[in-house]
Amino acid sequence: MFFLSLIIRNALRHRLRTALTVLGMVVAVLAFGLLATVVDAWYAGADAASDKRLVTRNATSLVFPLPLTYYPRIRAIDGVQAVSWANWFGGVYKEPKNFFPQFAIEARGYLALYPEFLLSDAEREGFLRDRRGAIVGRKTAELYGLRVGDNITLRGTIYPGNWDFVIRGIYHGARKNTDETQFFFHWDYLNETIKIRIPGRENRIGVYIAEVSDASEIARIARDIDAQFKNASAETLSETEKAFQLGFVAMTEAIVVAIRLVSYLVIFIIMAVMANTMAMTARERTSEYATLRALGFGPAFLHGLIYGESLAIALCGGLLGVVLTFPVAAWVGHILGKFLPVFTVSIETVQMQFIAALLVGFLAAIWPARTAARVNIVNGLRAVA
Amino acid sequence: MSEAQGNTIEHTTAAQAANAMPLVRVHQVVKSYQRGAQRVEVLRGLTLDIQAGEFLALMGPSGSGKSTLLNLIAGIDQPDSGELRVQGQDIGQLSEGDLADWRARNVGFIFQFYNLMPVLNALENVELPLMLTNLSRSERRARAENALALVGLADRMDHYPNELSGGQQQRVAIARALISDPTLIVADEPTGDLDRESAGEILQLMQALNQQLGKTIIMVTHDQRAAEHAQAIMHLEKGVLSSREEVQPRAN
Amino acid sequence: MTRIPFSYSLRNLWARRLTTLFTAGGMAMVVFVFAAVLMLDQGLRQALVQTGSFDNVVVIRKGSETEVQSSLTRDQASLLAAQPQVATGAGGLRLASPEVLVLITLPKRDSGKVSNITVRGVPPQGIVLRPQVRMTGGRMFAAGSNEVVVGRSIARQFQGSELGSLLNFGGREWRVVGQFDAGGSGFDSEIWGDAEQFAQSFRRNDWSSLILRLTDPHSLPALQKAVEADPRLTVEIKREPQFYSDQSEMMSSFISVLGLSLSIIFSIGAIIGAMITMYAAVAQRVGEIGTLRALGFRRSSVLLAFLVESLLLSVLGGVVGVALASTLQAFTISTMNWQSFSELAFGFHLTAGIVIKSLVFAVVMGLLGGFLPALRASRMQIVEALRES
Ligand SMILES: Nc1ncnc2c1ncn2[C@@H]1O[C@H](COP(=O)(O)OP(=O)(O)OP(=O)(O)O)[C@@H](O)[C@H]1O
Ligand SMILES: [Mg+2]
Repeated sequence: MFFLSLIIRNALRHRLRTALTVLGMVVAVLAFGLLATVVDAWYAGADAASDKRLVTRNATSLVFPLPLTYYPRIRAIDGVQAVSWANWFGGVYKEPKNFFPQFAIEARGYLALYPEFLLSDAEREGFLRDRRGAIVGRKTAELYGLRVGDNITLRGTIYPGNWDFVIRGIYHGARKNTDETQFFFHWDYLNETIKIRIPGRENRIGVYIAEVSDASEIARIARDIDAQFKNASAETLSETEKAFQLGFVAMTEAIVVAIRLVSYLVIFIIMAVMANTMAMTARERTSEYATLRALGFGPAFLHGLIYGESLAIALCGGLLGVVLTFPVAAWVGHILGKFLPVFTVSIETVQMQFIAALLVGFLAAIWPARTAARVNIVNGLRAVA
Repeated sequence: MSEAQGNTIEHTTAAQAANAMPLVRVHQVVKSYQRGAQRVEVLRGLTLDIQAGEFLALMGPSGSGKSTLLNLIAGIDQPDSGELRVQGQDIGQLSEGDLADWRARNVGFIFQFYNLMPVLNALENVELPLMLTNLSRSERRARAENALALVGLADRMDHYPNELSGGQQQRVAIARALISDPTLIVADEPTGDLDRESAGEILQLMQALNQQLGKTIIMVTHDQRAAEHAQAIMHLEKGVLSSREEVQPRAN
Repeated sequence: MTRIPFSYSLRNLWARRLTTLFTAGGMAMVVFVFAAVLMLDQGLRQALVQTGSFDNVVVIRKGSETEVQSSLTRDQASLLAAQPQVATGAGGLRLASPEVLVLITLPKRDSGKVSNITVRGVPPQGIVLRPQVRMTGGRMFAAGSNEVVVGRSIARQFQGSELGSLLNFGGREWRVVGQFDAGGSGFDSEIWGDAEQFAQSFRRNDWSSLILRLTDPHSLPALQKAVEADPRLTVEIKREPQFYSDQSEMMSSFISVLGLSLSIIFSIGAIIGAMITMYAAVAQRVGEIGTLRALGFRRSSVLLAFLVESLLLSVLGGVVGVALASTLQAFTISTMNWQSFSELAFGFHLTAGIVIKSLVFAVVMGLLGGFLPALRASRMQIVEALRES
């Protein structure tokens, strides 16, 4: 008890310095947490992916379509329970900067495959009944103030012209990591319009999504699908939804790596600040440490004092930083929602924040503790600050 | 040093010509400190005149207000009321900045703990007050070297304070006090931290400043033997000046 | 104003080397991040702006945003090439290059992970229009053949891009016969081959985009006007540099928004570090401050001396940070451009402007961190400061 109160009183001797150090720690732990959350958000799509869904696309690249005629052949493969499809639409809402993902879907089957998109029965029915109906995720709806019944026009980039839709539903995610920014409309509407506007480009599919009955069979089924279309005009590449999403992440991996590196850098920065604080403190107290040594306290006691103080300051800042991470992440998530649809602080992030704080507190104390424990009593007593 | 000496002599004669006025006039000065809720009256209407060329020792028990009085005269503290004139100028009326300039021109300080800048060497410490003048760099150097030679430290110019003994550091401080050719030198227990022998050397040096260069010196001390190096000794007790005794002029 | 000697501030920093090292080190890391972000953004700009030349224009279908998403019929292309603003080259041919672009996926050599690569079918005129493209190995593909050439960053990163090896896409095999350097531009991340061959194997009847050389770079508005008046031409025309920098707007704003907000957040840490250090410096030197004031230095001189000390600290951090950042020039970032979905490689590019900005950033950190402590130093009562010593 005496020991603890000594540590706390020592920490409070230079109130301003301690407060500033804690503040620095808060900022660093907060920044570290936010960056870890950004990295998590990058992988959110892959994390949310189901292990029972396969994505089949053109083997050459995603921009090449698959024929509609593949549908029954994929459906017939052993182990496939349901099949639906979607086309990336890539339209522009008012201005190019207003980005959100848009897909033309085979509505009934697609919604059945994605139970995580929650819609009321009335909304679902409304969407299914209206050829020009669309459903949109909660976040995008909030961002652009879209409500059920609103008309919305997208300017096509891949599919030329203006496209008019009526919002029939706003879906919510069943889980925290469900993407709530997407926009879905009827593939039939797309296809029929294309048939008129650019004859010859109809009946093209972006990706097929197949649900398998048994997740353990998924690799075999993927191989079977691709074998089915070997040497066809459009060869296919089937992979799990997770692998498909990770493929996208891998293409921007350089950015993820950079963010990771930078998040370690902030820990180094605060380490320098903290180590400086502890080194200054210890130097100022050289004569006190010498006195304690003279009174018969061993090096372990001095180690305890210095490590204790350093860890106390670091953890104090760490704790505050963690607490602040949640509201700040909510705010940042709101701003970055366009780029990173899922932005939630994970348990692992909080753990990492605490570990980082502990590490900083510990490392910052090593050098001052060593010098203090080694202080020559006679010289130390003379070194009156 | 010949030039500085010349100036000093001119200065002194000018001051003596205006003989009617003392160099330092302290009139009905009141100074108190607030300590928590309590007000401590240190000086209660103190009056004192110091003539140019005088070497005055100020003695008295601890807490009697010696340093307070010295600080007021040196212009680093302000009185609550009363008049403080040096060379006829009311320094109580000067603004912060003007007071700083005034000190730079008129006051040399010698402290008990020397107060040298640890990161500057002896020469640079002495040169420091000249940064407040318009002198050229080479001129500053030359003067600082002269001043150090005068206090007998010609061979220690590039030593840092922590490489010098207490007595040597105090001599550097004296050279620093001297360098800007001030009207007045104030010394607060200049030998308080020194052994007898070093103290004796410092006091002799101060005596020489007074007698040969005509410097006016006010020195606070607890040491009777130190005080006897001055021309006169005054005693301060509970904020009141009690007596003034002339020291018998010694041979020389 | 009379100044406390500069060497006083400098030597005090040296006297507490360890603290100086920690504090300047923290600042150096922040400046490093700041400079790196600016360098990356600069590198991206460089890559995209250099992709085009001022007197070339790109024509794509209206609203399609990127070349890959665009399509122009052969009739439209001929109509456009015949416009009077289009320059004529050797042999009386119009300097017009109808091109076909597709994305393919190729695995990276080190990780085996696939990325989207732009494959560009170029007619002979297209090569004339890109004088910045130099062959660094092998030779240019022969017209009408199944030969391809690969850009510098493709050659460096992707499997199967070696000279003589075969690439498999569009249902055919293509032989790599050359490698080219396009001066760090976006073309370095592309594979080029014969336009007609690509169109055939990807079963495309129409072109993706059309590149035109103007007779006079200032005739673009006239061309745009003429095209708008023609109902057969539902196209958009942009200057090449403009076109490519529009393509990276999102990436560029992502880099600068994320990078600059990080720099600002991190700088709070460094400013706090400087503040702690300078407050400690002031506390340690109370007696010195009192002495300086007694000697006749004004409050402002004391303020300045401590500010100078803090500024020196930050300039040191700034210089080290910029020096560290300059080593990044050896690295290249290769990532997918969100807008075109294709791989794009760009480097860290240091310019004099970035060096100045980084140093100013450091100095601002030093000022912010040093001001309050310096103010405290200058506000001290002389007598009390002397008593504390
Ligand atoms: N800044 C201050 N705040 C409060 N009280 C002060 C302050 N400065 C001086 N005093 C008080 O004023 C009185 C006179 O102080 P001063 O320093 O002048 O005494 P002194 O005669 O120089 O003593 P010593 O011989 O011990 O140096 C003392 O009681 C002291 O406690
Ligand atoms: Mg005193």
